[in-house]
Amino acid sequence: MSSMRSGTFALRSEQDVVLGRQAVRKLALECGLRLVDQTKLVTAVSELARNAVIYGGGGDMDWAIVEEGARKGVQLVFRDNGPGIPDIKQAMTDGWTSGNGLGLGLAGAKRLVDQFDIQSAPGQGTRVTITKWN
Amino acid sequence: MSILKQATIDAIKQNESALLTAWIAGLEQEGSLSDNRITRDEVSAQAKDFLRLLVAASAVGDAADLSRGEWAESRQFLELLSRSRAQRGLDSQHTARFIFSLKRPLFDQLQTTYAGDPKALSNEVWAVSELLDLLGMHTIRAFQKSREEVIMRQQEELLELSTPVVKLWDGVLALPMIGTLDSQRTQVVMESLLQRIVETGSDIAIIDITGVPTVDTLVAQHLLKTVTAIRLMGADCIISGIRPQIAQTIVHLGLDLGGIVTKANLADALALALKRSGLTVTRAE
Repeated sequence: MSSMRSGTFALRSEQDVVLGRQAVRKLALECGLRLVDQTKLVTAVSELARNAVIYGGGGDMDWAIVEEGARKGVQLVFRDNGPGIPDIKQAMTDGWTSGNGLGLGLAGAKRLVDQFDIQSAPGQGTRVTITKWN
Repeated sequence: MSILKQATIDAIKQNESALLTAWIAGLEQEGSLSDNRITRDEVSAQAKDFLRLLVAASAVGDAADLSRGEWAESRQFLELLSRSRAQRGLDSQHTARFIFSLKRPLFDQLQTTYAGDPKALSNEVWAVSELLDLLGMHTIRAFQKSREEVIMRQQEELLELSTPVVKLWDGVLALPMIGTLDSQRTQVVMESLLQRIVETGSDIAIIDITGVPTVDTLVAQHLLKTVTAIRLMGADCIISGIRPQIAQTIVHLGLDLGGIVTKANLADALALALKRSGLTVTRAE
């Protein structure tokens, strides 16, 4: 997998979540993602970016347009220095929330993308990597 | 305290027309006058007025402290100037350049006036430079403020625009949602919708989300709360405008909208609402 273009996007407020979504929609268009896949990716971004803002106290989103063989895709890394997740398995369960949301964001985001990786530990912040191929 | 020397003020007064000519020429060279959003005559008139105000104020006022009363007229003049330029869409650079391009002609004038006194020259150049910097910064601040006012007004207008509750039929209300649904907007939307349900005695409300680009768990949560509130008031709710890509996303996200009646478009929702009200639409013979 090789990276063609990349950058970083700051996630500090609710407004940044909206702007981040718009930025990712542009990237998805560039990679030739179909409308359904665009919508899925943008929705996953909305969930993860909001998690970084609300639970992580703000963070960053690294984006990259990646290539593997003939296929192109968007890879995104959501990083925050928040309190971290003590039990990742529990956090990935549908309906479980530490705040007052619906508890579907993390697990839902995983189902919306092609590759999903989460790394987190208490006090270490959280790092979620997702990839969506065309 | 740094008051300009009387000799400096006299020099500016005596050479007013020469200074103005040089100032305008400087602006022209920078290309500030070739913009068709502002005319040459306008800029000349502004330059003339400003130079008069500058002379009048610096004769009595402290050049290092613009917040004092002597500078009130100059400040006001610059604020008006900034506002008129912001409204015409000119950028802050253009506005600030107006002030900063006065430096060159003024320095040249000071050089002639204090030809034999280098110490006085450097003092006066410093004082004039500091004064013009302060005035320039004031212009930029005023410019930004008027821009912010424009943005704020637009935001308010947008918030109001985005929540129109329309009556489709007797007893049927529709709320076409447009844009991003955050907590604040949902609150406004919910309030106006519930209020209208009471006022009109409607028993069916249609929420159309065709104009909402992203439906994530937060938007879904807001929608579910709104639907619950509507039901508590004894009315029924239909959500329309579920596009194919949104439907697939909702499924993968794992959202359960099972208890809510949804339709692909507003027309289908209206047809259902009419049917429930016992009405049928027929073609006139």
